[in-house]
Amino acid sequence: MTVTTLEFRQAAAAAIADPRLQGALEGATGKFRSARSAALAELPDADALRDHFKALRSATLARLAEHLETFERNAAAAGAQVHWAADGAAACRIVTEIARQHGVALAAKSKSMVSEEIHLNQALAAAGVEPVETDLGEWIIQLAGDPPYHIVAPAIHKTRQQVAELFSELTGESLPADDIPRLTAVARRLLREKFLAAGLGISGGNLLVAETGSVVLVTNEGNGRMVTSLPPVHVAVVGIEKVAPTWDDAAAWLALLARSATGQPLSIYTTAITGPARLGDPDGPAEVHVILLDNGRSALLGGTFEEALQCIRCSACLNICPVYREAGGHAYGSPYSGPIGAVITPLLFGLEEYAGLPHASTLCGACLDVCPARIDLPRLLLALRAEEVRRGLLPASERLAERAVAWGMAHQRLYQLGAEVGRLAAKPFTHDGYTDLPPRLNPAQERRLPGLAPRSFREIWRSGELDETWPTPFDSRPPPC
Amino acid sequence: MTPTTPRVALFVTCVVDQALPEVGVATVRLLRRAGYQVDFPQGQTCCGQPFFNSGFRAEARTLARRMIELFEPYETVVAPGGSCTAMVRVEFPHLFEDEPAWRARAEALAAKTYELSEFLVQVAGWQPEASATGLRVTYHDSCHMKRLLHLGQEPRRLLAAAGAQVVEMEESDRCCGFGGLFSIRMPEVSNAMTAEKLRQAEASGAPLLVTCDPGCLTQMRGLVGEGVRVEHLAVVLEEMGDG
Repeated sequence: MTVTTLEFRQAAAAAIADPRLQGALEGATGKFRSARSAALAELPDADALRDHFKALRSATLARLAEHLETFERNAAAAGAQVHWAADGAAACRIVTEIARQHGVALAAKSKSMVSEEIHLNQALAAAGVEPVETDLGEWIIQLAGDPPYHIVAPAIHKTRQQVAELFSELTGESLPADDIPRLTAVARRLLREKFLAAGLGISGGNLLVAETGSVVLVTNEGNGRMVTSLPPVHVAVVGIEKVAPTWDDAAAWLALLARSATGQPLSIYTTAITGPARLGDPDGPAEVHVILLDNGRSALLGGTFEEALQCIRCSACLNICPVYREAGGHAYGSPYSGPIGAVITPLLFGLEEYAGLPHASTLCGACLDVCPARIDLPRLLLALRAEEVRRGLLPASERLAERAVAWGMAHQRLYQLGAEVGRLAAKPFTHDGYTDLPPRLNPAQERRLPGLAPRSFREIWRSGELDETWPTPFDSRPPPC
Repeated sequence: MTPTTPRVALFVTCVVDQALPEVGVATVRLLRRAGYQVDFPQGQTCCGQPFFNSGFRAEARTLARRMIELFEPYETVVAPGGSCTAMVRVEFPHLFEDEPAWRARAEALAAKTYELSEFLVQVAGWQPEASATGLRVTYHDSCHMKRLLHLGQEPRRLLAAAGAQVVEMEESDRCCGFGGLFSIRMPEVSNAMTAEKLRQAEASGAPLLVTCDPGCLTQMRGLVGEGVRVEHLAVVLEEMGDG
């Protein structure tokens, strides 16, 4: 997979040309935005909590190894088995090996971005295990064969008509698109069969709590609890950055996560899993495995990009991002889209392959305004762009042009000469003060470029006209002083 | 003007210099009305922001050093552009993190550089006389001005003082889609963002859309329809006049 600037541009252009998709994007992100604002306003001091959370995430990452070892020790003491996976392939091997040991043919999954990151479903299928997504949105995109469109709401690009078609195909019934309760009932019935039949439950983890060795899941549909309690074995795959040292720290995390994501004070279900079922527990799995996934994360520790690991995947940056809101999620070519996706996708999967993503931003900074961990995403995007220049990843033509223009700008006379040449060159294409843009830059011929002025400001200044009696273009009254 | 008249150096910005000279002219006149004598250091070109934003740090540093040297003799620097001011104020010191001597000079320039509306309101304590036109205007909060310089009330106060009725649009701080070279790299996304911005501005009902950034101005002018005029704050204030 690669995402060059051109590939991003083309995928985004397709999304922009689809009014239905644009409506769905604006509708969904708009609801999330207003719900988030309202939910944060309910806190006594949301800004102070975000400051605290930033400091907490930063301090945790500074001693990450220690916190992970504490987690491992306490999870093991509670009866869970902790595995360390250096990369996605290693994590997939651990999961398929657990499935093999237990003779699992069907695995029920709750929504997990990390499993999307490591392509766990493909690995399970290759190992002869059928994975079934049980989060409604994830199930829809699994049926459609689509990657997630949004970190929190993976199927926002699907209409109810498309969902009805997918479900109709699956059930052989003709399900009407306008009967949402009936569609939901179909999902409920079919997924319940899967929960009961699954030999393995697979989840991600929104956070780990080191002091008790717990995996915390934040869900809204209840499927997460089914996945982690009905099948005899539960495997949680969690990125190593997602650790909170204590429950006090987890409390700050949870106070911000659902508020920032969906605007809920808490999600409907917040589940803490500490080891397998104990003697006398009415339910719960006999085995719990926690796979701690690195996959490029530890390489970021201690460097410019460590800050990106503070992310808790709330999607607030996607919902506010004016680029995401036009381009949509698939243009990013990654399970992680939006501003955080533009930063961590190249960091985790390779800047060479995803060289277009750091440019999928105007650096407007709206993401920083809403990030619960105050991750300075614009600064990280700038650092990635500088890294691209350092590694020579930009096309030679652009490198040459940037350097030549910068050199010209460093010499006043060349700057003026350049502007004069520009005036002459643009003259045949300039009408009524606007210059026609070449088709590549103006595909729909909708945009006009205000042209270079006939005379520059410095020419006017030098001519001496700009003395105290110089009239403005709109006002010929003499100035008062 | 008497020799005791306070002086400011104009950092006109390259876009204003070459494409929007009327903004520079209006800026000079406003500063004079506020009681300042204006110098225009002729050597100025570009602050280096486009190169910095593209990741060309060495080239950005070369241009930053030029700017620092050029404006060092002046006590105060004023620019009619939020983004260019933010480049000098916020990014120049960052660019010289590993060069303490240059960093100190960059910080000295940052400390004396102001965006136009900020300077007029916060430093000069000036405001235009109300010409009581009752003109409805809506203000676009440009990204770097709002989020890096934390300026948004200053232009609104000036517009209100001049007698305009400032009508807020939905998401006044939503990016206009310019983003410098972004508008060239991804024109479809850029144009779609601008169209959305303009839709929100038009929905405010104000016939005049005001911004303090030359970049946003050219971007929005390039796509705006018939009913709305897009103008720089300096030109609007000059046009309304306080004569």
